[in-house]
This record gives sequence, C-alpha cells and structure tokens, in this order.
Amino acid sequence: MPDIVIASGKGGTGKTTVSTNLATLLAETDPVVLVDLDVEEPNSGLFIKGASDLSSEVRNKMIPEWNADACTLCGICQHVCNFHAVIKLGKEIMIFPELCHACFACSELCPVDALPMKPIRMGVTTRSKLGKLTFIESRLDIGQEQAVPLIAQTKADINHTLHGTRYRIYDAPPGTSCPVIEATKDADAVILVTEPTPFGLNDLKLAVETMRTLGKRIAVVINRSGIGNDAVEDYCQAEGLAVLAKLPNDRRAAELYSRGERIYTELPAFKAELEKIAAFVRSLPEGKPEGNPV
Amino acid sequence: MKEIVVISGKGGTGKTSITASFSALAAGDLVAADCDVDAADMHLLLKPDMARAEDFFSGETAVIDPDACISCGRCYQACRFGAIHGAGNVYAVDPLSCEGCGYCARICPTKAITNHPKKAGVWYSSRTRLGFAMIHAALGIGSENSGKLVAHVKKQARVAALDQGKNYILVDGSPGIGCPVVSSLSGADYVVLVTEPTVSGIHDLKRVYELVKKFNIPAGCIINKADINAEMTATIRRFLETERIDSLAELPYDEAVTKAMVAGLTIVEYDTGRLRDTLRDAWAQARLRVDAIK
Repeated sequence: MPDIVIASGKGGTGKTTVSTNLATLLAETDPVVLVDLDVEEPNSGLFIKGASDLSSEVRNKMIPEWNADACTLCGICQHVCNFHAVIKLGKEIMIFPELCHACFACSELCPVDALPMKPIRMGVTTRSKLGKLTFIESRLDIGQEQAVPLIAQTKADINHTLHGTRYRIYDAPPGTSCPVIEATKDADAVILVTEPTPFGLNDLKLAVETMRTLGKRIAVVINRSGIGNDAVEDYCQAEGLAVLAKLPNDRRAAELYSRGERIYTELPAFKAELEKIAAFVRSLPEGKPEGNPV
Repeated sequence: MKEIVVISGKGGTGKTSITASFSALAAGDLVAADCDVDAADMHLLLKPDMARAEDFFSGETAVIDPDACISCGRCYQACRFGAIHGAGNVYAVDPLSCEGCGYCARICPTKAITNHPKKAGVWYSSRTRLGFAMIHAALGIGSENSGKLVAHVKKQARVAALDQGKNYILVDGSPGIGCPVVSSLSGADYVVLVTEPTVSGIHDLKRVYELVKKFNIPAGCIINKADINAEMTATIRRFLETERIDSLAELPYDEAVTKAMVAGLTIVEYDTGRLRDTLRDAWAQARLRVDAIK
C-alpha cells in the first residue's frame, strides 16, 4: 500500500487532473483511496462524479480557554507562548486562536490549570465511495489560516482506517511551504506535475529541491506537453529525473476539465500517457518500508 | 498610495502573467511586490536586478546538545509536532517539523535544548528591466513563516513606494486561502481576482472571495480563458453581478500567453492585438476604481 503524493511547485499544472484520472483508472481493477490534501482549495471532489457519501466528520484543533476563576494572573502563559497567541492585558488573559499552534505549553505550564485546552472547529473531512474508489476530502474553514493541522489529522485518520488499501493517492497543495511538507513527508513516492514553460520549470526546480531535502523518490509528469519549450525535459535529463509521462496539450482536455469530466475515457492519447503513470504506481513495492510510518 | 492585490484561490489561472502585464502598463507609477513567496515567478518576466538581498529570520528552531541530553524523554513527550526523534537514546530535533514553540527547551531538566533563530528566506529589493522597483522574496525550503515573509515584502514595498512617491503597489499573491493569502490581503485597498471558467476555477473563486469579504475589500475580476466554457463563464458573470464584483475583463484562451512567458516578456509587450488591448482596458478600469477609493 504505497503512499503516492501528486504535487507541484506551481499551481494549476494539473495535479488534480492527474490525481483524479489516475485514481479512477487504477480503481477499475484495484481498491484505491484518493485523498485531497489541498485543504485550502480542495478540487478533486469536483471530478469524482456519482460517488455516494459515506461520512462527514468535523475536524477540530485544540486551543487554550481561559478560566478566570482559577487564574492568578501570574503571566507565565504569556511568557511561554512564542506565537503571541496568549496575552495578559490588565486583569485579563486574551487568547488569539488564529495565532495558536496548539503546542500546549501555556496550558500545561500553567501552575493552576487555568488554561485547559478546548477543541475548536477548523474544517471538515468527508468520505465517499465510487466502485473500488474511496474518496476523502478535507476542507479548511474559510478564515482558518493553518492548513498543516488539518492535513496531519487527515493523514493520521487514513492510516488508522484504510491501511490495507492497495493504492493511496494524495492530491497535495501547491508550493513548497509547510502544507506541502506535511502532505509529502511520509510519501513513498512523489509525482511532480509540471508544464513545459519558464514558470513550470522554475517551480519544478523548487519542488525537486524540497523533495530531495525530504529524501523522497521523485518522478515527473509533464502536462500540456507541446506548449512552451524543451527546458523542462532538458532539466529532468540533466538531473536524472524520470519523466513518467507527457500529457498532450489539447484544448479538448481543457474543455473536459472545465466541465469536471474525466479525460482519459475521452482522449486516447491522454489515456496512453496516463497508463505509463499507472504502470509506475503499480511497480512500487506493496509493503510499507520499515521506519517510514505515516 | 493604493495597494492592489492579485489573487485567485486556484493556482495557474494566470495571476502572475496578468500582474506583470499591469505592472508594465503602470511602469512609471508603481512598486511591484511578489508575495507568492514559495513559488515566485514574476521575476522571470520582470528580470529584477536583486541589487539588495537580505536574509529574513522568523521564528525559532530547537536544537538539542547531545552531550547534555540525559535521554529522559520529557521533550519527546511534550512535543505536539512529532519533531523530536530518538526514543530511548539521545534525542534530536527534526528542523522541518519543529514549529519553534520552545516548549521542549522550557522543560528540559538539564537545559540541553536551546532555540535558534530560523532563516525563513531571503528578500530582495530590486529594479526591474522596466525601470520600476520590485520587492520579492524566496522562502526557504519547507519554511513555515510564509505569512510573515509576505507581510515583510509588503511592508518594504510600502516603504519603497512612499520613498519614491509612487501611487500604486501591485502585489502578486499566492494560491489558496491560508496564511500567506490572509497576510497579502491585510491592508489592501483593492483585490483583483483572476479566475477561469472551470468547475475548480469557480469553486476556488467563491472560497477566496469569502475571505476577501471578511476583509471588506472591494474587488474586481478577470475571467481568463473565458471562451473555454461559455456556460461557466456565464455562471461567473452572474456571480460577479450578485456579489457586486467589478467585471474587469474576459481574456480568451490564447497560447500567446505561454509564448510571451517563453520570450521572457509580459503579455502586453509580446501581443499586439486583442489580448493586449483587453488587458489595457482592464488596468484602466481597475485604476479608475482604485483612484475613486477614499
């Protein structure tokens, strides 16, 4: 049950296209879990049509709650908070939930237990099923700034409840910052989707550097192959990066995508390339390597 | 001085190409800021000279002195981020998982843990090939302070604009709705939303606009690749009307956008026809709207 994360430096290169088409193709024969970890803007669900809802679960993060009656106003909480999320103002302790990282320091170091940790909602995780495909989406509430806790909870939950599934495909957020690290740090393989343009190349380099820092096995998929130039391919060759597939640049693919429709069933040239990605995924070892827990 | 922020929710809708084009149109009267700090691309079109580069430090990372560690495990138990490894032996911190809360250092009985400032990235103050000033940055790999780096870039852009007597700050934002986006919206006078007529484009536009509404900032919208799905474009138009978002432009699906990028030019420099004219109109409209804001 390898964990395969579909990521990219640049947004809009086709992560969701690859994730949803790949998961659906693999699920024609094997049980697959597709997880949308782009919790700020989850889109995969728009491309999984006709799935039946299984469950919906509110996700909470923990923040301290001030108990005025117990508090002695010693100020230790403010002193130990590195994020300025706990401030002593006069005879009051103020909590700023959006700044809180839930490290528990204020709560556990309070000498009189006046700051118990309480759950507050940060988002919701839904599960649905379509044939052999289980689809899981986590969605951050608007106004919540931190994606990492929701991504971490989603992964932990999947590991508990779906550890036996043949393939687990994750649609990652764009970029190279902390949400991407959280989404990819336990992956067995990371497939980076890029496009053959200067922006695509620049952001691919950043993503490759990030994944190498994490020690990940990397493969590249070039989307919209045919536009732009050859610089991405030259870079991959120079860096010894496997290019798994080159998905053709085709206005029809963009139109199918715009309507939320599956692409590989309509465009044979797209399907032929997608099969190459599927072959790579099938070639990954079934067991979880030692010392690489999710 | 007015600050205009270009965002999209979804990545890859054309934010950066459009921001760079606007900057070329307003070249005499603006400072540009690239706040997509973890996948910055605008420099590829504007070729800033990076005349001044400075490290940006934000937050801390814990470091354990192996000679002073007595393997008591208190830090391991206290850490909520799974950043401490080495159960049973001398413990060590994984800097990519450490959020810098400092809890471990506070409770270590032998004071073996110290906190060290974390380099979050590098920021640059530049002059572009088009003559105007640009503030931009590169976030360190896996760094978690992108919101703070964004705030810093914006602050420096304001300083430069005041200093040089420029009327506009044009900000290229990042995808998503999380901390870097919240940070780029803070203090903005006008938001330009770039979207595309796809199921995911609309979905993400609506989510990011919910966030914009929380900030109570007036907004305009550019529908990119508008001819790829006429029905979706009509849906977006209705949404803009209902929400009273200014409709700034509808751009066609045109590979000239990619060709301009490959040539290292903004669209308005590369194209001599409809694309350029539409973008000129869009900027003129946005500018009128922004100038009217008190």
